[in-house]
Amino acid sequence: MAEFQVDESVDITDVVCPVTFVKAKVALEELEDGQILSIHLNEGEPVQNVPRSIKEEGHQVLKLIDNKDGTFDLIVRKVE
Amino acid sequence: MGVQKDANTASAVNASRPADAPASRWTASNEQLERYSRHIILKEIGVKGQKKLLNAKVLIIGAGGLGAPAAMYLAAAGVGTIGIADADEVDLSNLQRQIIHSTEDLGKAKVLSAKETMNRMNPDVQVNTYRTFVSAENIMDLIRDYDFIIDGTDNFPAKFLINDACVMAGKPFSHAGIIRFKGQLMTYVPGEGPCYRCVFKNPPPKDAVPTCKQAGVIGAMGGVIGSLQAMEAIKYITGVGDLLTGYLLTFDAIKMDFRKIRLPKADGSCAVCGTHPTITELIDYEQTECGGI
Repeated sequence: MAEFQVDESVDITDVVCPVTFVKAKVALEELEDGQILSIHLNEGEPVQNVPRSIKEEGHQVLKLIDNKDGTFDLIVRKVE
Repeated sequence: MGVQKDANTASAVNASRPADAPASRWTASNEQLERYSRHIILKEIGVKGQKKLLNAKVLIIGAGGLGAPAAMYLAAAGVGTIGIADADEVDLSNLQRQIIHSTEDLGKAKVLSAKETMNRMNPDVQVNTYRTFVSAENIMDLIRDYDFIIDGTDNFPAKFLINDACVMAGKPFSHAGIIRFKGQLMTYVPGEGPCYRCVFKNPPPKDAVPTCKQAGVIGAMGGVIGSLQAMEAIKYITGVGDLLTGYLLTFDAIKMDFRKIRLPKADGSCAVCGTHPTITELIDYEQTECGGI
């Protein structure tokens, strides 16, 4: 993750769809244009749907890191 | 004479709190995120829009066929402060369309019945009740603290009174009326289009238009048009999309026909919103029920 300067992080492993995306969206709305958010999320439905929803909102997905423990870290740049 | 929020209802809990108290009702709790998730997911609404809704204040005049669905959708949407004004009690003949009230509410003040339903639906919402008919004497006090007004009344004098008061106070409002299988609505925003009186000038002569009691109204019509009024309020608050300013939307349920009729622009000649208004004081016209609720 050294190539990214993460400005903020959010853990959405404690919620289920659709609140996963909602919680990520709330975190993104707190950021300035161009800032980077790291989203900690579960395998399965969250990792299948949240990156797509974030792209549909116009934000830039920079990287998806598999933590090999059933969770992922999704690195997103906010685009206003 | 000022208008008092009802002290005999649960709204008395909030009556000591000024209506303009800081309303930071957004807590970002998981419960709120889930409750409003379908709004927050919408790109046009998002968290910013939901915060605006939670901080907004809407007054609904009339807890009947139009006011019932409007109040329920606004409460469900999380409009943080909702005022509701009506002097009547729940009557059996109301229940065919006024879905905020139930059989067990018969005889209860409509504003109280409405408040109970709204609070059951969404405890985030502060409901202020005003058990009164609107009049020239009280309407300016009633509308003062609110951002948007919904006209859910059933008579022409009230509709002209609400229009004139909102024009004079610079308040946006949604007009609507329903009768038989027909409904209509329009939205007034100060400085952005004609007012109700620009279009309709004066109330019709007494008895020229049959009342709802005489003519009947299909119950679901209140649901259609009252829900559209709630939609206009939500769009005004969040700044999303185009409002029915400068347009009259009519619905004919027999033909299933919606028509969006462009209204003449406000040309400055209106007796209340014109450049040289001749109506400068509010008028209590003689009461006749119209194609209302």
